[in-house]
Amino acid sequence: MLFRLNRERVDNAKEYVIRMLTRKLHYTEFWALKDVSFKVEKGDRVGVMGFNGAGKSTLLKTIAGVLKPTMGNVKVTGTIAPMLELGAGFDPNYSGAENIYLYGATMGFSRKFIDEKYNEIVEFSELKEFINAPLKSYSSGMKSRLGFAIATAVKPDVLILDEVLSVGDAAFKEKSEQRILDMIEDGVTVLYVSHSTDRIRKLCNKAVILTKGQLVASGEVGEICDMYTEMVNSK
Amino acid sequence: MAFKVYTDKFMKYRFLLRELVIKRIKLQYRSSVLGVLWTFLQPLLTMIVLTFVFSMVFGKNSAAVVNYPVFLLSGRLLYDFYSQSTKRAMKSIRGNASIIKKVYVPKYIYPLSVVLSTFVTFIISLSVLAIVIAFFNIIKKDPVPVTPAMFFIIVPIIILFVMCLGIGMLLATLDVFFKDVENIYDVFCTLLFYGTPIVYTIDKLNFGADSWQVNLLKINPLYGIIDMFRAAILHGDEFMAFLDINSLIYCSVFAVVMLIAGIGLFYKFQDKFILHI
Repeated sequence: MLFRLNRERVDNAKEYVIRMLTRKLHYTEFWALKDVSFKVEKGDRVGVMGFNGAGKSTLLKTIAGVLKPTMGNVKVTGTIAPMLELGAGFDPNYSGAENIYLYGATMGFSRKFIDEKYNEIVEFSELKEFINAPLKSYSSGMKSRLGFAIATAVKPDVLILDEVLSVGDAAFKEKSEQRILDMIEDGVTVLYVSHSTDRIRKLCNKAVILTKGQLVASGEVGEICDMYTEMVNSK
Repeated sequence: MAFKVYTDKFMKYRFLLRELVIKRIKLQYRSSVLGVLWTFLQPLLTMIVLTFVFSMVFGKNSAAVVNYPVFLLSGRLLYDFYSQSTKRAMKSIRGNASIIKKVYVPKYIYPLSVVLSTFVTFIISLSVLAIVIAFFNIIKKDPVPVTPAMFFIIVPIIILFVMCLGIGMLLATLDVFFKDVENIYDVFCTLLFYGTPIVYTIDKLNFGADSWQVNLLKINPLYGIIDMFRAAILHGDEFMAFLDINSLIYCSVFAVVMLIAGIGLFYKFQDKFILHI
Protein backbone atom coordinates (compact mmCIF):
# COMPACT_ATOMS: atom_id res chain seq x y z
CA MET A 1 0.00 0.00 0.00
CA LEU A 2 1.70 3.14 -1.21
CA PHE A 3 0.76 6.49 0.14
CA ARG A 4 1.94 9.70 -1.37
CA LEU A 5 2.70 12.01 1.48
CA ASN A 6 2.43 15.58 0.41
CA ARG A 7 4.65 17.85 2.40
CA GLU A 8 1.75 20.20 2.41
CA ARG A 9 -1.75 19.15 1.68
CA VAL A 10 -2.91 20.55 -1.63
CA ASP A 11 -6.62 20.34 -2.03
CA ASN A 12 -7.60 23.38 -3.96
CA ALA A 13 -7.27 23.95 -7.63
CA LYS A 14 -5.42 27.25 -7.48
CA GLU A 15 -2.59 25.86 -5.40
CA TYR A 16 -2.46 22.78 -7.53
CA VAL A 17 -2.08 24.74 -10.75
CA ILE A 18 0.46 27.13 -9.26
CA ARG A 19 2.51 24.28 -7.92
CA MET A 20 2.30 22.38 -11.13
CA LEU A 21 3.51 25.39 -13.08
CA THR A 22 6.32 26.12 -10.68
CA ARG A 23 7.05 22.41 -10.36
CA LYS A 24 6.67 22.47 -6.64
CA LEU A 25 4.34 19.57 -6.40
CA HIS A 26 6.54 17.58 -4.10
CA TYR A 27 5.60 14.51 -2.30
CA THR A 28 7.54 11.82 -0.62
CA GLU A 29 6.45 8.29 -1.10
CA PHE A 30 5.67 6.21 1.88
CA TRP A 31 4.89 2.57 1.88
CA ALA A 32 2.46 1.86 4.69
CA LEU A 33 2.72 -1.82 3.81
CA LYS A 34 5.24 -3.44 1.57
CA ASP A 35 5.90 -7.05 0.63
CA VAL A 36 3.42 -8.30 3.13
CA SER A 37 2.46 -11.74 2.06
CA PHE A 38 0.83 -14.41 4.13
CA LYS A 39 -1.86 -16.98 3.96
CA VAL A 40 -4.55 -17.70 6.48
CA GLU A 41 -6.29 -21.05 6.47
CA LYS A 42 -9.94 -21.49 7.28
CA GLY A 43 -10.46 -21.59 11.03
CA ASP A 44 -7.13 -19.91 11.84
CA ARG A 45 -7.14 -17.12 14.35
CA VAL A 46 -4.34 -14.76 13.51
CA GLY A 47 -3.16 -12.07 15.91
CA VAL A 48 -1.58 -9.02 14.29
CA MET A 49 0.97 -7.21 16.42
CA GLY A 50 3.21 -4.22 15.87
CA PHE A 51 4.03 -0.79 17.21
CA ASN A 52 1.95 2.27 16.44
CA GLY A 53 2.13 3.14 12.77
CA ALA A 54 3.41 -0.27 11.78
CA GLY A 55 0.55 -0.69 9.34
CA LYS A 56 -1.79 -2.95 11.29
CA SER A 57 -4.94 -1.01 10.60
CA THR A 58 -3.91 -0.43 6.99
CA LEU A 59 -3.54 -4.17 6.62
CA LEU A 60 -6.97 -4.86 8.01
CA LYS A 61 -8.54 -2.13 5.93
CA THR A 62 -6.92 -3.54 2.83
CA ILE A 63 -8.25 -7.00 3.62
CA ALA A 64 -11.70 -5.57 4.35
CA GLY A 65 -11.72 -3.89 0.92
CA VAL A 66 -11.78 -0.33 2.21
CA LEU A 67 -8.35 0.35 0.71
CA LYS A 68 -7.24 -1.05 -2.58
CA PRO A 69 -3.62 -2.23 -2.65
CA THR A 70 -1.28 -0.21 -4.86
CA MET A 71 0.28 -3.45 -5.98
CA GLY A 72 -0.51 -7.05 -5.40
CA ASN A 73 -3.81 -8.40 -4.30
CA VAL A 74 -5.89 -9.67 -1.46
CA LYS A 75 -7.94 -12.75 -1.95
CA VAL A 76 -10.74 -13.63 0.40
CA THR A 77 -13.17 -16.49 0.07
CA GLY A 78 -16.36 -16.23 2.05
CA THR A 79 -18.03 -13.32 3.75
CA ILE A 80 -16.06 -10.84 5.82
CA ALA A 81 -17.42 -9.02 8.84
CA PRO A 82 -15.12 -6.08 9.39
CA MET A 83 -15.44 -4.60 12.83
CA LEU A 84 -12.94 -1.83 12.36
CA GLU A 85 -15.00 0.88 13.88
CA LEU A 86 -18.44 0.23 15.22
CA GLY A 87 -21.18 2.58 14.26
CA ALA A 88 -19.70 4.06 11.09
CA GLY A 89 -22.87 4.68 9.16
CA PHE A 90 -25.08 5.59 12.09
CA ASP A 91 -27.17 8.68 11.59
CA PRO A 92 -27.58 10.77 14.76
CA ASN A 93 -31.03 12.01 13.73
CA TYR A 94 -32.36 8.53 13.24
CA SER A 95 -33.79 6.47 16.08
CA GLY A 96 -32.03 3.36 17.32
CA ALA A 97 -34.48 1.16 15.46
CA GLU A 98 -33.99 3.01 12.17
CA ASN A 99 -30.26 2.87 12.67
CA ILE A 100 -30.36 -0.90 12.97
CA TYR A 101 -31.66 -1.02 9.42
CA LEU A 102 -29.37 1.72 8.16
CA TYR A 103 -26.20 0.27 9.67
CA GLY A 104 -27.19 -3.23 8.68
CA ALA A 105 -27.63 -2.01 5.11
CA THR A 106 -24.21 -0.35 5.22
CA MET A 107 -22.74 -3.69 6.23
CA GLY A 108 -24.42 -5.19 3.17
CA PHE A 109 -27.21 -7.08 4.96
CA SER A 110 -30.53 -7.58 3.24
CA ARG A 111 -33.79 -6.26 4.59
CA LYS A 112 -35.07 -9.74 5.21
CA PHE A 113 -32.00 -10.63 7.22
CA ILE A 114 -32.36 -7.56 9.44
CA ASP A 115 -36.06 -8.24 9.93
CA GLU A 116 -35.16 -11.70 11.19
CA LYS A 117 -32.40 -10.52 13.47
CA TYR A 118 -34.06 -7.35 14.70
CA ASN A 119 -35.29 -8.68 18.05
CA GLU A 120 -32.04 -10.45 18.73
CA ILE A 121 -30.10 -7.24 18.08
CA VAL A 122 -32.31 -5.16 20.34
CA GLU A 123 -32.11 -7.72 23.09
CA PHE A 124 -28.37 -8.16 22.88
CA SER A 125 -27.73 -4.43 22.96
CA GLU A 126 -30.00 -4.06 26.03
CA LEU A 127 -31.56 -0.94 24.55
CA LYS A 128 -35.18 -1.98 24.42
CA GLU A 129 -36.55 1.10 26.22
CA PHE A 130 -34.51 3.52 24.17
CA ILE A 131 -34.78 1.93 20.76
CA ASN A 132 -37.16 4.59 19.44
CA ALA A 133 -35.20 7.53 20.82
CA PRO A 134 -32.94 9.40 18.41
CA LEU A 135 -29.37 8.17 18.37
CA LYS A 136 -28.02 11.59 19.26
CA SER A 137 -29.46 11.15 22.73
CA TYR A 138 -27.49 7.92 23.27
CA SER A 139 -24.32 7.76 25.31
CA SER A 140 -21.20 6.58 23.52
CA GLY A 141 -21.38 3.27 25.38
CA MET A 142 -24.93 2.72 24.17
CA LYS A 143 -23.92 3.51 20.62
CA SER A 144 -21.10 1.02 20.59
CA ARG A 145 -23.30 -1.62 22.21
CA LEU A 146 -25.80 -1.18 19.41
CA GLY A 147 -23.02 -1.20 16.82
CA PHE A 148 -21.55 -4.38 18.22
CA ALA A 149 -24.92 -6.09 18.33
CA ILE A 150 -25.62 -5.28 14.67
CA ALA A 151 -22.15 -6.10 13.41
CA THR A 152 -22.13 -9.49 15.09
CA ALA A 153 -25.67 -10.43 14.09
CA VAL A 154 -24.22 -12.06 11.01
CA LYS A 155 -22.29 -15.32 11.10
CA PRO A 156 -19.34 -14.47 8.92
CA ASP A 157 -16.60 -16.68 7.50
CA VAL A 158 -13.92 -14.13 8.33
CA LEU A 159 -14.05 -11.79 11.29
CA ILE A 160 -11.80 -8.75 11.41
CA LEU A 161 -11.35 -7.27 14.87
CA ASP A 162 -9.51 -4.08 15.66
CA GLU A 163 -9.51 -4.01 19.45
CA VAL A 164 -13.26 -3.69 19.61
CA LEU A 165 -13.66 -6.27 22.29
CA SER A 166 -13.67 -3.56 24.89
CA VAL A 167 -17.21 -2.33 24.44
CA GLY A 168 -19.46 -0.92 27.14
CA ASP A 169 -19.35 -1.74 30.82
CA ALA A 170 -17.83 -4.83 32.45
CA ALA A 171 -20.96 -6.93 32.12
CA PHE A 172 -21.40 -6.12 28.45
CA LYS A 173 -17.71 -6.65 27.82
CA GLU A 174 -18.00 -10.18 29.11
CA LYS A 175 -21.10 -10.77 27.01
CA SER A 176 -19.47 -9.46 23.84
CA GLU A 177 -16.33 -11.46 24.44
CA GLN A 178 -18.45 -14.55 24.89
CA ARG A 179 -20.10 -13.88 21.56
CA ILE A 180 -16.73 -13.67 19.82
CA LEU A 181 -15.62 -16.88 21.53
CA ASP A 182 -18.81 -18.59 20.36
CA MET A 183 -18.02 -17.56 16.83
CA ILE A 184 -14.51 -18.93 17.15
CA GLU A 185 -15.94 -22.17 18.38
CA ASP A 186 -18.06 -22.30 15.25
CA GLY A 187 -14.87 -22.22 13.22
CA VAL A 188 -14.76 -18.63 12.04
CA THR A 189 -11.47 -17.29 10.72
CA VAL A 190 -10.26 -14.34 12.77
CA LEU A 191 -7.84 -11.51 12.18
CA TYR A 192 -7.25 -9.71 15.41
CA VAL A 193 -5.20 -6.59 16.04
CA SER A 194 -4.05 -5.96 19.55
CA HIS A 195 -1.15 -4.66 21.57
CA SER A 196 -1.86 -7.08 24.32
CA THR A 197 0.01 -10.38 23.98
CA ASP A 198 -2.20 -11.84 26.69
CA ARG A 199 -5.31 -11.35 24.64
CA ILE A 200 -3.66 -12.65 21.52
CA ARG A 201 -2.46 -15.77 23.33
CA LYS A 202 -5.97 -16.28 24.60
CA LEU A 203 -7.80 -15.79 21.29
CA CYS A 204 -5.40 -16.77 18.55
CA ASN A 205 -3.49 -19.79 17.39
CA LYS A 206 -1.19 -17.93 15.01
CA ALA A 207 0.36 -14.49 14.98
CA VAL A 208 2.30 -12.07 12.80
CA ILE A 209 4.44 -9.04 13.61
CA LEU A 210 4.55 -5.95 11.45
CA THR A 211 7.33 -3.40 11.66
CA LYS A 212 7.30 -0.29 9.50
CA GLY A 213 4.99 -1.86 7.01
CA GLN A 214 6.86 -5.10 6.66
CA LEU A 215 6.11 -8.53 7.86
CA VAL A 216 8.98 -9.50 10.14
CA ALA A 217 7.68 -12.68 11.69
CA SER A 218 4.82 -15.10 11.45
CA GLY A 219 4.14 -18.44 13.01
CA GLU A 220 2.66 -20.15 16.05
CA VAL A 221 1.17 -17.78 18.57
CA GLY A 222 3.44 -18.77 21.49
CA GLU A 223 6.80 -18.11 19.88
CA ILE A 224 5.65 -14.96 18.07
CA CYS A 225 4.27 -13.49 21.28
CA ASP A 226 7.56 -14.20 23.06
CA MET A 227 9.39 -12.53 20.20
CA TYR A 228 7.11 -9.49 20.39
CA THR A 229 7.59 -9.18 24.16
CA GLU A 230 11.33 -9.23 23.55
CA MET A 231 10.98 -6.52 20.89
CA VAL A 232 8.99 -4.35 23.26
CA ASN A 233 11.52 -4.82 26.04
CA SER A 234 14.54 -4.09 23.88
CA LYS A 235 13.02 -0.89 22.52
CA MET B 1 -18.22 -12.16 -16.15
CA ALA B 2 -17.01 -8.85 -14.78
CA PHE B 3 -20.44 -7.45 -15.41
CA LYS B 4 -22.00 -10.07 -13.21
CA VAL B 5 -19.75 -9.03 -10.32
CA TYR B 6 -21.17 -5.52 -10.57
CA THR B 7 -24.78 -6.60 -10.76
CA ASP B 8 -24.28 -8.97 -7.82
CA LYS B 9 -22.80 -6.16 -5.78
CA PHE B 10 -25.63 -3.88 -6.74
CA MET B 11 -28.14 -6.49 -5.66
CA LYS B 12 -26.35 -6.90 -2.37
CA TYR B 13 -26.36 -3.17 -1.67
CA ARG B 14 -29.71 -2.20 -3.17
CA PHE B 15 -31.23 -2.27 0.32
CA LEU B 16 -28.63 0.31 1.37
CA LEU B 17 -29.56 2.43 -1.63
CA ARG B 18 -33.21 2.24 -0.62
CA GLU B 19 -32.42 3.06 3.00
CA LEU B 20 -30.35 6.08 2.00
CA VAL B 21 -33.02 7.43 -0.33
CA ILE B 22 -35.71 7.05 2.33
CA LYS B 23 -33.48 8.50 5.04
CA ARG B 24 -32.86 11.66 3.09
CA ILE B 25 -36.56 12.22 2.47
CA LYS B 26 -37.56 11.33 6.02
CA LEU B 27 -34.99 13.52 7.70
CA GLN B 28 -35.48 16.48 5.41
CA TYR B 29 -38.63 17.55 7.14
CA ARG B 30 -38.51 15.61 10.39
CA SER B 31 -38.05 18.53 12.74
CA SER B 32 -40.31 20.97 10.91
CA VAL B 33 -43.90 21.48 12.01
CA LEU B 34 -45.42 21.31 8.54
CA GLY B 35 -43.25 18.36 7.55
CA VAL B 36 -43.68 17.04 4.05
CA LEU B 37 -46.10 19.88 3.24
CA TRP B 38 -43.02 22.00 2.59
CA THR B 39 -42.41 20.00 -0.56
CA PHE B 40 -45.54 21.66 -1.91
CA LEU B 41 -45.42 24.97 -0.12
CA GLN B 42 -41.88 25.89 -0.97
CA PRO B 43 -42.25 25.88 -4.78
CA LEU B 44 -45.74 27.36 -4.53
CA LEU B 45 -44.61 30.31 -2.44
CA THR B 46 -41.54 30.87 -4.62
CA MET B 47 -43.78 30.84 -7.66
CA ILE B 48 -46.07 33.45 -6.14
CA VAL B 49 -43.14 35.70 -5.24
CA LEU B 50 -41.50 35.34 -8.65
CA THR B 51 -44.79 35.80 -10.49
CA PHE B 52 -45.47 38.91 -8.52
CA VAL B 53 -42.03 40.34 -9.26
CA PHE B 54 -41.56 39.27 -12.85
CA SER B 55 -45.03 39.41 -14.34
CA MET B 56 -44.67 43.17 -14.32
CA VAL B 57 -41.46 42.94 -16.32
CA PHE B 58 -41.68 39.97 -18.66
CA GLY B 59 -44.04 37.39 -19.97
CA LYS B 60 -47.71 38.18 -20.04
CA ASN B 61 -48.29 39.01 -23.67
CA SER B 62 -45.84 36.60 -25.17
CA ALA B 63 -47.44 33.91 -27.31
CA ALA B 64 -45.14 31.31 -25.87
CA VAL B 65 -46.29 31.84 -22.32
CA VAL B 66 -50.08 31.18 -22.21
CA ASN B 67 -50.09 31.30 -18.44
CA TYR B 68 -47.20 33.00 -16.71
CA PRO B 69 -47.40 31.33 -13.26
CA VAL B 70 -47.52 27.87 -14.88
CA PHE B 71 -44.75 28.84 -17.29
CA LEU B 72 -42.60 30.01 -14.41
CA LEU B 73 -43.36 27.16 -12.06
CA SER B 74 -42.57 24.48 -14.63
CA GLY B 75 -39.18 26.03 -15.37
CA ARG B 76 -38.44 26.61 -11.74
CA LEU B 77 -39.28 23.04 -10.63
CA LEU B 78 -36.98 21.55 -13.25
CA TYR B 79 -34.20 23.97 -12.45
CA ASP B 80 -34.55 23.24 -8.72
CA PHE B 81 -34.25 19.54 -9.32
CA TYR B 82 -31.18 20.08 -11.43
CA SER B 83 -29.38 22.39 -9.02
CA GLN B 84 -30.32 20.54 -5.82
CA SER B 85 -29.51 17.07 -7.08
CA THR B 86 -26.17 18.03 -8.61
CA LYS B 87 -25.12 20.10 -5.61
CA ARG B 88 -25.99 17.32 -3.20
CA ALA B 89 -24.35 14.67 -5.34
CA MET B 90 -21.23 16.83 -5.51
CA LYS B 91 -20.92 16.77 -1.73
CA SER B 92 -22.03 13.18 -1.27
CA ILE B 93 -18.59 11.55 -1.24
CA ARG B 94 -17.01 14.07 1.09
CA GLY B 95 -20.10 14.08 3.27
CA ASN B 96 -19.90 10.34 3.80
CA ALA B 97 -16.15 10.27 4.28
CA SER B 98 -16.43 8.76 7.75
CA ILE B 99 -18.24 5.72 6.38
CA ILE B 100 -16.19 5.31 3.22
CA LYS B 101 -13.01 5.28 5.29
CA LYS B 102 -14.19 2.48 7.52
CA VAL B 103 -16.51 0.15 5.70
CA TYR B 104 -16.46 -1.18 2.19
CA VAL B 105 -19.45 0.20 0.33
CA PRO B 106 -19.77 0.66 -3.43
CA LYS B 107 -19.11 4.38 -3.56
CA TYR B 108 -21.48 5.25 -6.39
CA ILE B 109 -24.32 4.42 -3.99
CA TYR B 110 -23.90 7.87 -2.43
CA PRO B 111 -24.29 10.17 -5.45
CA LEU B 112 -26.94 7.83 -6.86
CA SER B 113 -28.97 7.87 -3.65
CA VAL B 114 -29.03 11.67 -3.35
CA VAL B 115 -30.04 12.14 -6.97
CA LEU B 116 -32.79 9.57 -6.46
CA SER B 117 -34.09 11.11 -3.25
CA THR B 118 -34.13 14.58 -4.79
CA PHE B 119 -35.93 13.06 -7.74
CA VAL B 120 -38.64 11.63 -5.48
CA THR B 121 -39.25 15.03 -3.87
CA PHE B 122 -39.27 16.57 -7.34
CA ILE B 123 -41.94 14.17 -8.53
CA ILE B 124 -44.03 14.92 -5.44
CA SER B 125 -43.64 18.65 -6.01
CA LEU B 126 -44.94 18.25 -9.58
CA SER B 127 -48.39 17.90 -8.04
CA VAL B 128 -48.14 21.59 -7.16
CA LEU B 129 -48.07 22.22 -10.88
CA ALA B 130 -51.23 20.17 -11.31
CA ILE B 131 -52.92 22.12 -8.53
CA VAL B 132 -51.94 25.46 -10.04
CA ILE B 133 -53.19 24.39 -13.49
CA ALA B 134 -56.48 23.21 -11.95
CA PHE B 135 -56.80 26.51 -10.12
CA PHE B 136 -56.46 28.59 -13.29
CA ASN B 137 -58.85 26.32 -15.15
CA ILE B 138 -61.45 26.72 -12.43
CA ILE B 139 -61.23 30.51 -12.23
CA LYS B 140 -61.14 30.53 -16.07
CA LYS B 141 -58.36 33.08 -16.28
CA ASP B 142 -55.57 32.07 -18.71
CA PRO B 143 -56.75 28.43 -18.65
CA VAL B 144 -54.29 25.70 -19.55
CA PRO B 145 -56.00 23.00 -21.60
CA VAL B 146 -55.48 19.51 -20.25
CA THR B 147 -54.43 17.29 -23.15
CA PRO B 148 -52.90 13.85 -23.71
CA ALA B 149 -49.69 15.61 -24.81
CA MET B 150 -49.02 16.27 -21.13
CA PHE B 151 -47.85 12.68 -20.80
CA PHE B 152 -44.89 13.67 -22.91
CA ILE B 153 -43.33 15.41 -19.87
CA ILE B 154 -41.94 12.00 -18.96
CA VAL B 155 -39.37 12.36 -21.78
CA PRO B 156 -37.72 15.59 -20.60
CA ILE B 157 -37.88 14.29 -17.02
CA ILE B 158 -35.96 11.14 -17.92
CA ILE B 159 -33.39 13.14 -19.90
CA LEU B 160 -32.99 15.51 -16.96
CA PHE B 161 -32.53 12.64 -14.52
CA VAL B 162 -29.81 11.03 -16.63
CA MET B 163 -28.05 14.37 -17.03
CA CYS B 164 -28.20 15.14 -13.30
CA LEU B 165 -26.81 11.75 -12.37
CA GLY B 166 -23.94 12.11 -14.84
CA ILE B 167 -23.05 15.65 -13.83
CA GLY B 168 -23.50 14.73 -10.16
CA MET B 169 -20.97 11.91 -10.39
CA LEU B 170 -18.59 14.12 -12.32
CA LEU B 171 -18.81 16.82 -9.67
CA ALA B 172 -18.53 14.33 -6.82
CA THR B 173 -15.25 13.06 -8.26
CA LEU B 174 -13.88 16.56 -8.82
CA ASP B 175 -14.94 17.68 -5.36
CA VAL B 176 -12.91 14.94 -3.70
CA PHE B 177 -9.74 16.33 -5.22
CA PHE B 178 -10.57 20.03 -5.35
CA LYS B 179 -12.92 21.42 -2.80
CA ASP B 180 -13.04 24.71 -4.75
CA VAL B 181 -15.54 23.07 -7.05
CA GLU B 182 -18.23 23.67 -4.44
CA ASN B 183 -17.75 27.43 -4.52
CA ILE B 184 -17.42 27.65 -8.27
CA TYR B 185 -20.46 25.52 -8.81
CA ASP B 186 -22.63 27.63 -6.53
CA VAL B 187 -21.87 30.66 -8.64
CA PHE B 188 -22.34 28.65 -11.80
CA CYS B 189 -25.83 27.62 -10.67
CA THR B 190 -26.82 31.23 -10.10
CA LEU B 191 -25.58 32.05 -13.57
CA LEU B 192 -27.48 29.09 -14.93
CA PHE B 193 -30.69 30.24 -13.28
CA TYR B 194 -30.60 33.55 -15.08
CA GLY B 195 -29.02 32.09 -18.20
CA THR B 196 -31.91 29.70 -18.63
CA PRO B 197 -35.24 31.13 -19.75
CA ILE B 198 -37.05 30.37 -16.51
CA VAL B 199 -38.49 33.74 -15.59
CA TYR B 200 -38.39 35.11 -19.13
CA THR B 201 -38.80 33.86 -22.68
CA ILE B 202 -36.15 33.98 -25.36
CA ASP B 203 -38.24 36.02 -27.80
CA LYS B 204 -38.64 38.74 -25.21
CA LEU B 205 -34.92 39.38 -25.26
CA ASN B 206 -34.92 41.46 -28.49
CA PHE B 207 -31.81 39.83 -29.84
CA GLY B 208 -33.35 38.45 -33.03
CA ALA B 209 -34.10 34.81 -33.62
CA ASP B 210 -30.67 33.79 -34.89
CA SER B 211 -28.36 36.12 -33.00
CA TRP B 212 -25.33 34.67 -31.22
CA GLN B 213 -26.84 35.51 -27.86
CA VAL B 214 -29.87 33.36 -28.54
CA ASN B 215 -27.74 30.54 -29.90
CA LEU B 216 -25.60 30.73 -26.79
CA LEU B 217 -28.69 30.33 -24.62
CA LYS B 218 -29.81 27.39 -26.71
CA ILE B 219 -26.54 25.52 -26.16
CA ASN B 220 -27.63 25.15 -22.57
CA PRO B 221 -29.29 21.73 -22.49
CA LEU B 222 -31.38 22.70 -19.49
CA TYR B 223 -33.12 25.18 -21.76
CA GLY B 224 -34.02 22.47 -24.25
CA ILE B 225 -35.33 20.24 -21.48
CA ILE B 226 -37.45 22.98 -19.90
CA ASP B 227 -38.70 24.03 -23.31
CA MET B 228 -39.85 20.52 -24.11
CA PHE B 229 -41.53 20.21 -20.75
CA ARG B 230 -43.37 23.48 -21.29
CA ALA B 231 -44.39 22.53 -24.80
CA ALA B 232 -46.14 19.48 -23.38
CA ILE B 233 -47.78 21.35 -20.50
CA LEU B 234 -48.72 24.65 -22.11
CA HIS B 235 -49.19 23.83 -25.78
CA GLY B 236 -50.89 20.48 -25.74
CA ASP B 237 -53.18 21.47 -28.64
CA GLU B 238 -50.42 22.21 -31.09
CA PHE B 239 -47.76 20.23 -29.33
CA MET B 240 -45.96 19.01 -32.46
CA ALA B 241 -45.50 22.59 -33.65
CA PHE B 242 -43.82 23.54 -30.42
CA LEU B 243 -41.69 20.46 -30.02
CA ASP B 244 -38.16 20.98 -31.31
CA ILE B 245 -36.88 17.60 -32.50
CA ASN B 246 -33.30 18.83 -32.91
CA SER B 247 -33.30 20.03 -29.36
CA LEU B 248 -34.71 16.71 -28.18
CA ILE B 249 -31.86 14.86 -29.86
CA TYR B 250 -29.27 17.34 -28.64
CA CYS B 251 -30.44 17.11 -25.01
CA SER B 252 -30.62 13.31 -25.05
CA VAL B 253 -27.13 13.01 -26.49
CA PHE B 254 -25.78 15.55 -24.03
CA ALA B 255 -27.35 13.71 -21.08
CA VAL B 256 -25.98 10.34 -22.17
CA VAL B 257 -22.51 11.78 -22.77
CA MET B 258 -22.58 13.33 -19.29
CA LEU B 259 -23.62 10.03 -17.76
CA ILE B 260 -20.85 8.13 -19.51
CA ALA B 261 -18.30 10.80 -18.60
CA GLY B 262 -19.53 10.89 -15.00
CA ILE B 263 -19.44 7.14 -14.52
CA GLY B 264 -16.12 6.87 -16.34
CA LEU B 265 -14.36 9.52 -14.30
CA PHE B 266 -15.86 8.26 -11.06
CA TYR B 267 -14.87 4.69 -11.80
CA LYS B 268 -11.36 5.69 -12.74
CA PHE B 269 -10.65 7.63 -9.57
CA GLN B 270 -12.83 5.95 -6.95
CA ASP B 271 -9.98 3.95 -5.42
CA LYS B 272 -8.11 7.18 -4.77
CA PHE B 273 -11.01 8.90 -3.00
CA ILE B 274 -10.06 7.47 0.34
CA LEU B 275 -6.63 9.07 0.23
CA HIS B 276 -8.13 12.54 -0.18
CA ILE B 277 -11.24 12.67 1.96
